[in-house]
Amino acid sequence: MSTAVTEIPQESRVHYLNVSYGVKSWLLTVDHKRIALLYLVSITFMFLVGGVAAVLMRIHLIEPAGALVQPETYNKLFSAHGIIMVFFFLVPSIPATLGNFLVPLMIGAKDLAFPKLNLLSWYIYIVGALFTLYAVISGGVDTGWTFYTPYSSTYSHSAVIPVAIGVFITGFSSILTGLNFIVTIHKMRAPGLTWFRLPLFIWSIYATSVIFILGTPVLAITIFLLGVERLFHVGIFDPAVGGDPLLFQHLFWFYSHPAVYIMILPGMGVVSELIAAFSRKRIYGYTMVAYSSFAIAIISFLVWGHHMFVTGQSIYAGLIFSVLSFLVAIPSAIKVFNWTATLYKGSISYEAPMLYALGFIGLFTMGGLTGLFLAALATDVHLSGTYFIVAHFHYIMVGGAVMAYMGGLHYWWPKISGRMYPDMWARVAAVIIFVGFNLTFFPQFMLGYLGMPRRYAVYPPEFQVFNVMSSAGASILGIGYLIPLVYFIWSMRYGPIAPANPWGAKGLEWTVPSPPPTENFEETPVVTEEAYDYAPIPEGQHG
Amino acid sequence: MADLVAHGVAHRDEHGSAGAHSQNLRHHFDNMSQQFEAGNLGMWVFLATEVLFFGGLFASYTVYRALYLPGFEIGSHLLDVRFGAANTAVLIGSSLSMALAIRAAQTGRRNAQVFLLVLTMILGAAFLGIKFSFEWRNDYLEHLIPGVNFLYRPEWGANAPHVQLFFCFYFIMTSLHAIHMIIGIGLLSVLTWMAARGRFSPDYYTPLEVSGLYWHFVDIVWIFLFPLLYLIGGRYGIGGGH
Amino acid sequence: MSSHVVPLKVYIGVFLALLFLTGLTTWVAFIDLGSFNTVVALAIATVKMLLVILFFMHVRSSSGLTRVVVAAGFFWLALLIAFTLSDELTRKWSPIPSSWGPGTSQSQPQ
Repeated sequence: MSTAVTEIPQESRVHYLNVSYGVKSWLLTVDHKRIALLYLVSITFMFLVGGVAAVLMRIHLIEPAGALVQPETYNKLFSAHGIIMVFFFLVPSIPATLGNFLVPLMIGAKDLAFPKLNLLSWYIYIVGALFTLYAVISGGVDTGWTFYTPYSSTYSHSAVIPVAIGVFITGFSSILTGLNFIVTIHKMRAPGLTWFRLPLFIWSIYATSVIFILGTPVLAITIFLLGVERLFHVGIFDPAVGGDPLLFQHLFWFYSHPAVYIMILPGMGVVSELIAAFSRKRIYGYTMVAYSSFAIAIISFLVWGHHMFVTGQSIYAGLIFSVLSFLVAIPSAIKVFNWTATLYKGSISYEAPMLYALGFIGLFTMGGLTGLFLAALATDVHLSGTYFIVAHFHYIMVGGAVMAYMGGLHYWWPKISGRMYPDMWARVAAVIIFVGFNLTFFPQFMLGYLGMPRRYAVYPPEFQVFNVMSSAGASILGIGYLIPLVYFIWSMRYGPIAPANPWGAKGLEWTVPSPPPTENFEETPVVTEEAYDYAPIPEGQHG
Repeated sequence: MADLVAHGVAHRDEHGSAGAHSQNLRHHFDNMSQQFEAGNLGMWVFLATEVLFFGGLFASYTVYRALYLPGFEIGSHLLDVRFGAANTAVLIGSSLSMALAIRAAQTGRRNAQVFLLVLTMILGAAFLGIKFSFEWRNDYLEHLIPGVNFLYRPEWGANAPHVQLFFCFYFIMTSLHAIHMIIGIGLLSVLTWMAARGRFSPDYYTPLEVSGLYWHFVDIVWIFLFPLLYLIGGRYGIGGGH
Repeated sequence: MSSHVVPLKVYIGVFLALLFLTGLTTWVAFIDLGSFNTVVALAIATVKMLLVILFFMHVRSSSGLTRVVVAAGFFWLALLIAFTLSDELTRKWSPIPSSWGPGTSQSQPQ
């Protein structure tokens, strides 16, 4: 792709990576781009730790009687996997890496509104991660990532307090990041960049930030109350004083359900960018897609009781939550329809980012549809607590969010690093990941439907075939994830130098050199075009 | 590609006002007005998180009060309304002095700023003093601290566990509020030092404004804690107390 | 700067109003109004909160965006409370059959 921007050869140009060297220049940076890379390294590390837990679990589950660890250890493995993957990988992943890097660039700003607060967010994340890793090393917790009382508050003999402290602290990292994004998007857009000219990625980051702000504090107070009860042996969830363990679940899921939308909304924003760029076409129904991000953010707060259908919750509350859970599917479906309509008569190319985006659409749709099984009270009674749930959320979190994250990393990698990754290896890895993912998790739908409970270290022998298939898939998936890890690192030294706009895409971030200078823009841009203002495709040249 | 943006408008400037060239302008902002608005919005967004943070406690309190009103009434009657009301007045006074301190910065009066900020801190400390040395000390002596020395009394009957539940809320909510007060006093001490050095002026007093927002918020939390904890079920005698 | 200077007497007036309302709510608590006591107490607290927000926190002269942020925080808290109560207060509406086993005929925490 050629570009009209003339550039100084990269080796002699100063940009945000080479403007200063040394550990201090990184650990004390206030440049949003460097902070994004600090996050990238940290969350990749946590992803690997959480991935190791998953590998151990899948090895263990090859045998019905368990092949690897004691049941108590198995409980700690699935707990560690969930806690690390949810709080330390998925929740920060796209917002803290791609969001931090791109938000100022996409809106024509020099940095976020509060650069020092941004750095503080990262340090808070690191402190929280250290507490959690310490807890894992010192024996871990066996409560599941959901910490249900009274087990977590009274009966568990595991490292609940350190993990609780770690999660509590990390929550503030999310809150400050969300705060930064909201203020930045409101106050620092370039002249001419009206709300409806913003890239859809920005809309999704804004909606995610609203969830950060309104949901995370409730998790914080819930964990705080859990800690108090555990330390003082009396508290507001303790039945001995009239406390209700279900109240913990209400408070916990008030955050944790919107949290799953924190994990998917940024991915949807990435997919909008990828579909537009690799169809060379404006996203169909831009306004509806933008509003749908808000609709998802708002409705996501009204459905949490669907995690509690079988807990003894009032049936009347269950009815309300069930209806609202059906409702929340609608804005997600709107996005899928609009992406598909964008593809129609687009000029499609199949670079690695597009492969991830297309994979996302299919896998997210499957995950979303299986969510409807769970939103219906009657079927949820049968499927709750089984592997059906595990498969459902992995289709969305891994088949959706992680694939979107990978697609985004590939798409913006040239901008971030100034290098291109090896194209063939990237496409191969995308296919391996897709195959491995489906082999891992599709059998789990079958297992759940047939009745295999989740979080069990042993299972009846009739479930072994599907379990072995799932474990085989996990090994393929693991290899698929390692390949980009290798070639991204390789590319930083040996990859071809990337031009400012290797994809010929629209967006302010592609108007600056790759990698960008520290201050992003020499002059504040003035925006006069709509988003994704690709030239119309001449007749006869579609597809 | 080059037609996407018009490279004509340089870094926006505001000559004449205390705009782009103020030494307090951070480089990533275009002018002081944008910087002030960003700081203001940022603090309000943070306060929204605080509403939800305390809100989890208020929600839990609402549930149990609806379920166990008799026990909660007993508990509430064991609190001393005089201290609660006095503390409410103290905090309201501290909000006034905080608002006046900001006004002093807006009108360029440095000594008034320092005096009013110090007064705010004194009132905040007075609140904490009343709470810790009178109320909590009494509660300790009366065996009313759950997890420490809580003792059931026969006259509570079957409501006894719920009285303890009430006191769980009392101590958790007022502790969390007290922690926020202490943080606020810490903030104020930094602000007082800055004000004494003449850092604030009619053109730049953003730290005062946003810290004021925080301080008023903590006051609002207490405005609700007072009736919800001290005034449950009505008092049909004088004083309350034990 | 975007904030106007609020006149001194407005601040003093708000302060006195807040003190008065504090006294009022304390006094009303000593009068038996049954369950209406709670309503009055919360109403007075809400008025006090609005005085602080509008005048001390300058929301009266703030942008619409600020007001949306303020409203959103409280509205979301209301959602948390309302939906949680929809469970906690309606559990007894459909008691569990005693045929499910001993001790199950009550569905509410004791």
